[in-house]
Amino acid sequence: MTDATLPPETSASPAKAPMQPKSLYALDDLTRKRNAAEKRFQAYGIGAIAIGLFFLVVLAYAIISQGIPAFSRTVVEVEFTLTQEQYNAAEGTLFKTKAYEEIFINALSGQLQDSGIETPVEPEAIERIVGKPGSTIREFFRENEDQLGQPVRFDLAASSRVDGYMSGRITREGMTDSRFLMASDLDVVDNLVEAGVIKTVFNWSFITGADAGVDNAAAAGIGASVIGSFFMMLVVLFLSLPIGVAASIYLEEFAPQNRFTDLIEVNISNLAAVPSIVFGILGLAVFIQFMHLPQSAPLVGGLVLTLMTLPTIIISTRASLKAVPPSIRDAALGVGASKMQAIFHHVLPLAMPGILTGTIIGLAQALGETAPLLLIGMVGFVARGYPDGFIAGFTDPNSAMPAQIYTWAARSDLAFTEKAWGGIIVLLIFLLTMNIIAIILRRRFERRW
Amino acid sequence: MPLFWLILIVLAIAAVGYVLGRSRAMSSAGGELSALHSLPSYYGANVAMKVIVPAFLLLIVWLLAQPFYVNNVISGMIPETSIAEGSSRGLVLAEVRRAARGLDNAVATGAMTEEFARNARADFADISTRLRDAGQIVTSEITQPILRAAQRYRVLNATGNLIMSIAVILVALFAAFWAIRETNAEFRARNVVEQGIKAILIAAASIAILTTIGIVLSLVFNTWEFFRLYPASDFFFGLTWSPSFSGRGSSSQLGILPLLWGTFYISIVALLVAVPIGLFAAVYLSEYAGPKVRAVAKPLLEVLAGIPTIVYGLFALLTVGPLLLSVFGNEGLGIMQAGTAVMTAGLVMGIMLIPFVSSLSDDIINAVPQAMRDGSYGLGATKSETVRQVILPAALPGIVGAILLAASRAIGETMIVVLGAGAAARLSLNPFEAMTTVTAKIVSQLTGDADFASPVALVAFALGMTLFVITLGLNIVALYIVRKYREQYD
Repeated sequence: MTDATLPPETSASPAKAPMQPKSLYALDDLTRKRNAAEKRFQAYGIGAIAIGLFFLVVLAYAIISQGIPAFSRTVVEVEFTLTQEQYNAAEGTLFKTKAYEEIFINALSGQLQDSGIETPVEPEAIERIVGKPGSTIREFFRENEDQLGQPVRFDLAASSRVDGYMSGRITREGMTDSRFLMASDLDVVDNLVEAGVIKTVFNWSFITGADAGVDNAAAAGIGASVIGSFFMMLVVLFLSLPIGVAASIYLEEFAPQNRFTDLIEVNISNLAAVPSIVFGILGLAVFIQFMHLPQSAPLVGGLVLTLMTLPTIIISTRASLKAVPPSIRDAALGVGASKMQAIFHHVLPLAMPGILTGTIIGLAQALGETAPLLLIGMVGFVARGYPDGFIAGFTDPNSAMPAQIYTWAARSDLAFTEKAWGGIIVLLIFLLTMNIIAIILRRRFERRW
Repeated sequence: MPLFWLILIVLAIAAVGYVLGRSRAMSSAGGELSALHSLPSYYGANVAMKVIVPAFLLLIVWLLAQPFYVNNVISGMIPETSIAEGSSRGLVLAEVRRAARGLDNAVATGAMTEEFARNARADFADISTRLRDAGQIVTSEITQPILRAAQRYRVLNATGNLIMSIAVILVALFAAFWAIRETNAEFRARNVVEQGIKAILIAAASIAILTTIGIVLSLVFNTWEFFRLYPASDFFFGLTWSPSFSGRGSSSQLGILPLLWGTFYISIVALLVAVPIGLFAAVYLSEYAGPKVRAVAKPLLEVLAGIPTIVYGLFALLTVGPLLLSVFGNEGLGIMQAGTAVMTAGLVMGIMLIPFVSSLSDDIINAVPQAMRDGSYGLGATKSETVRQVILPAALPGIVGAILLAASRAIGETMIVVLGAGAAARLSLNPFEAMTTVTAKIVSQLTGDADFASPVALVAFALGMTLFVITLGLNIVALYIVRKYREQYD
């Protein structure tokens, strides 16, 4: 800024006493002050951006560091052979699962001795570490009797406390003895880890599984709610894209300048700014109270999110229609096309990349929206399974990803908050993918006229 | 899925109509394309359009009207005497519907014959136990009036659906027949189809109006219902919020002021975070940053706006709350009791609003004409002096508009406050205390087993109405300011 270094006095006060001829290179006090102010101002700007980016980094760190453990689970891997006699004997006793548990513990201690590690294996400690393995084993052999007499490998899920110990959520210092976990158990766990019995494996059941009850955090998965979100997005896509494009074509190409058009425009810009929870109230009152559509159904969620997404799609579609130069329309009209033909055959295909980009971004917004889903009943029940069919996918109660995350976050068990963070990673991966597709679409097909 | 099949049948009729219309036009022109008024596909489309539009309109109207008619009939069947003390007609009707659904499911799974489900008498055939055995959810003992109503409900719905299917198919067939008959070489098919498409376009554009009407009506009706049960003056000027679910909510105190205070307090904290950071970021990005910095920093900041609010909510609950608690809690300064507080929610909401303020202000600052900057530089002002004394005053109305939009966003934000702000409604000045907001209370009053006839649930609609009016007012003012300002320099 060479202008700023000029001493302002020379021009500002000619009436002053004759001044010392000053070098342009020597800065006077005022200039120095102004330059310092300039530096400070610039530093504020850099600071503001740095703070913003800092928050972004903190957020990303919090999500990743706390969400990654949800993707691994601790299993107790035990391999043993159950003979027909043992099976018959176990089925013959009064406490059947207890008998299987004994077989399991014997196999476990055998495996420990094989790997040369001496550790006392008390049934109570094992029960605290693996839960009650007896029933799982019994069910397996009752269903697969042909597996009797052959070595079978069991991957039994460790209890959520042991899982927490392995992922660092529970530390030796921070824990207190309880009936769920004793400090001495941790020694056993350490030994089992050394023997290769306890392993950390990738948790596929978190990605593919359904939600589990409040008491069984380890089994909860996000798969069912991903399907719920998927059906909701289908509804949103197949309603909001045609309606949004139709509305934009009307407003951009046909609408006369009159009160009705103004009314539509005002409504669209206002709807874009209405809080999402109000759309939830609308969905509750109109779709559920008034139309008696099923509660908690992805269909209703999709309808509500459609109404929310429409303004976004209309605004972006109008922008891309506007970007198609009038010469295209004129040329089409010039060779005898009707106005409708000019728009549908020429303008719309040219605007399509922009429209699709806007639609994907709108869908991504809808995918992460939670508040309206709370009101139409997508929380408060446990989505235990996948829908059994295409139509059932729309009408059967299901959860959606953000609603599922909220449900987990609201549960008091700490193991569920880990699930919630893990769910957020899954959700963000979906959003990221959608946004990247939108960016690629824009880069690849966007035309500058 | 009879409805699904019905839709498929109508579509099939439309497809056949398309082919027939097209071939009829071709044959009436003697295979000579130039003798036709429009392209052959328009004749087909004309038939298809005339099949689909009336048939689906009838279908939608019928689907909306039938529940009303059925409910009216059923409601008339239930005598006053069978509505128990402390219950209401709406609850009994819900019971009837539940019983009817139970019967449906029981018939579908084969636990009952259709004959039995239609004619059984509750007092003889112990319907409730049978339903329960069939795995259906039955809340209370089904009495004879309820069972009769449920049976009538099933019959009415079944006949209604049957008549609807027949009517829709007849309308589709008749329309196809009529449209094919009018098809000949001189028929101006393209004009008719284009008129039809235009009507569809207008209908699509009107959905925005319908949505607004839907929002307003659903809020107004339920709010009206609420004010009949609870005095409006107590709602608007009450200083206590303590809903009580006992005695059908008659002993609740539902004053909105603590909630409004919480809402505004959290919003103010959020704006105190977002406005300075966002504004400085916008000024730096538009006035100082080179194209490279801008190309990196702007999208990165906007990532903050693309993150779903549930993520911010969880961030507030599990990261920011405990962090603040460790500084201001009992082990630190001792002024914070729990992780959920005004400060937690406000801070996180502020982070969410940074990109909102910065990108709006960025647009507005960029809209200030370059000539004004050049004039200021020419007078010897430094860059920061230009920003402070020329650009910001020129952009001020727009920036105020942007801040108002951000404020409306903050007031309507739900997930962050549901998770981060706490559930206790109180009037307090301490920002480290838990407070609650209008949106959080809407969620808590309407989730769970809400009985829509009690003031405790209906109050949510009155809260929603208040929220809608406040945010609408802010938006209108903000848009007015922004628009007026833009016109100045265009």
